Amino acid sequence: MNKPLPMALVTTAEAATSNLAPAKISARGLNFFYHGQQALHDVSLDIAERKITALIGPSGCGKSTLLRVFNRIYSVYPGLRAEGQVLLDGEDVMAPTYSVNRLRSKVGMVFQKPVPFPMSIYDNVAYGIGHYETLSKADMAVRVEQALTQAALWDEVKDKLRHSGLGLSGGQQQRLCIARAVALQPAVLLLDEPTSALDPIATGRIEQLFAELKQHFTLLIVTHNMQQAARCSDFTAFMYLGRLIEFGDTSTLFTRPHQQQTEDYITGRFG
Amino acid sequence: MSRFDARFAWRRAVNGLALLLASLSALIGLFFLGWILWTTISKGGAAFGWSLFSHATAPPGDPGGLANALVGSVILCSLAVLWATPLGIAAGTYLAEYAHASKRGELIRFVNDILLSAPSIVLGLFVYALVVRPMQSFSMFAGVLALGLIVLPVVVRTTDEMLRLVPTQMREAALSLGIPQWKVTTGVLYRAARSGITTGVLLGLARITGETAPLIFTNTNNQYWSFDPMAPMANLPMVIYEYAKSPFEDWQQLAWAGALLITLFVLLVSISARWLMSGHRGQHE
Repeated sequence: MNKPLPMALVTTAEAATSNLAPAKISARGLNFFYHGQQALHDVSLDIAERKITALIGPSGCGKSTLLRVFNRIYSVYPGLRAEGQVLLDGEDVMAPTYSVNRLRSKVGMVFQKPVPFPMSIYDNVAYGIGHYETLSKADMAVRVEQALTQAALWDEVKDKLRHSGLGLSGGQQQRLCIARAVALQPAVLLLDEPTSALDPIATGRIEQLFAELKQHFTLLIVTHNMQQAARCSDFTAFMYLGRLIEFGDTSTLFTRPHQQQTEDYITGRFG
Repeated sequence: MSRFDARFAWRRAVNGLALLLASLSALIGLFFLGWILWTTISKGGAAFGWSLFSHATAPPGDPGGLANALVGSVILCSLAVLWATPLGIAAGTYLAEYAHASKRGELIRFVNDILLSAPSIVLGLFVYALVVRPMQSFSMFAGVLALGLIVLPVVVRTTDEMLRLVPTQMREAALSLGIPQWKVTTGVLYRAARSGITTGVLLGLARITGETAPLIFTNTNNQYWSFDPMAPMANLPMVIYEYAKSPFEDWQQLAWAGALLITLFVLLVSISARWLMSGHRGQHE
């Protein structure tokens, strides 16, 4: 693994603690523009391998924008522009020569609203795999089972794999979306407020799942829910007005924040 | 207290009046629909029989049916839907997926809406000038072209709208698997919009089934069997048009039977379209 570069915004001692784990994916001097309006200002951040990193901050602080740069999904829309580097295993994935589809096969994404494809549970998972690999029926069945097991959904759906994915409950649909993403065996999993559309029980189930997923994947979670960040993540980054304000290991950031803005936010004084 | 009572009574009276007027309007509409259906069924039903489907149109007095017109209509409408559907879906896909918010997309959408509301006789005249005059003959080919021009904007519009109804997140979810956009469209988005697009095609089919105007200048009619694409082909709307004007009672009866056939077919297609759409909603929400 590459030795992480010193971060541009390491103004606190805590930010350096993320260096205890090797970085899987890093942002370097990222700026982002929505139709010319700047939404990210010089963000540099190391996401530790096989750890959970949470991005928190008030609405509009740029945390979702940052997440959407990591797999370049923003580039679907005209008028959006990112400057700077995103290093995946040391390789700059923002380079025009780096295939966006190759990037997305390594950096998967789960969205706020569960959106199963309008096909069977089995096909939802097999669809992505089938795009990359030509597998026999038996091999595909193994991969689908593996992905559904990793997403803690297998036991609930193993008898109705041919049923529509749209017939599942919201929490099950979200786990199906997680299974669909992990089926490609990506290195990094981006989760954009993955539980904000779910009830507390389904949320709890998915939070349990995060701990299992981190055995295999590097997780980056955007969350509105500070308790969720505190409960689940190893590292937390606090963003405000498009800037990374503070980054460090979760317990330190929540108990002894170094920046006044961080303290104000986590104690509920704004946001 | 009584002031409020008076106001309440007044409101109840107005409410009752509004309800009465609305119900009356609905009843009047239904009354005429029922009348039309009843006339068509009673007059057309009388001519219904096996010979309707076994005999071609014949001179007045001879035993005749509508077999050639029925088959001709099926062929004309099928071919029209067949060429207009893929083109319409492709254009609708372009509008929804590639030119979504662009000026060019808005312009095409606007032009398509004009085509959608263009009187069908104008489309008939257009094909007359474009195809019939240079070729110096009415033909089934020209008829299919004119009918397809009616289906085309319907399919473009519904494909565009149905694809835009697919949640953005589904698009992003598929793209974030690293699947290229054309494959996302054909593999995921078409599936999500399938019942809506099919409904659009069915509605287009229902629209052209009874269209007479575009055929007058393009295909005209044929009293015999013909499968030559360069010659006119028999078809129900033109037969109804000609037979209903005729002084012969057996021809008039056949016209009623033809009208009933078209009505039943359009009813069937509309019900299928409704059923498809309701199934679509049930499945996705």
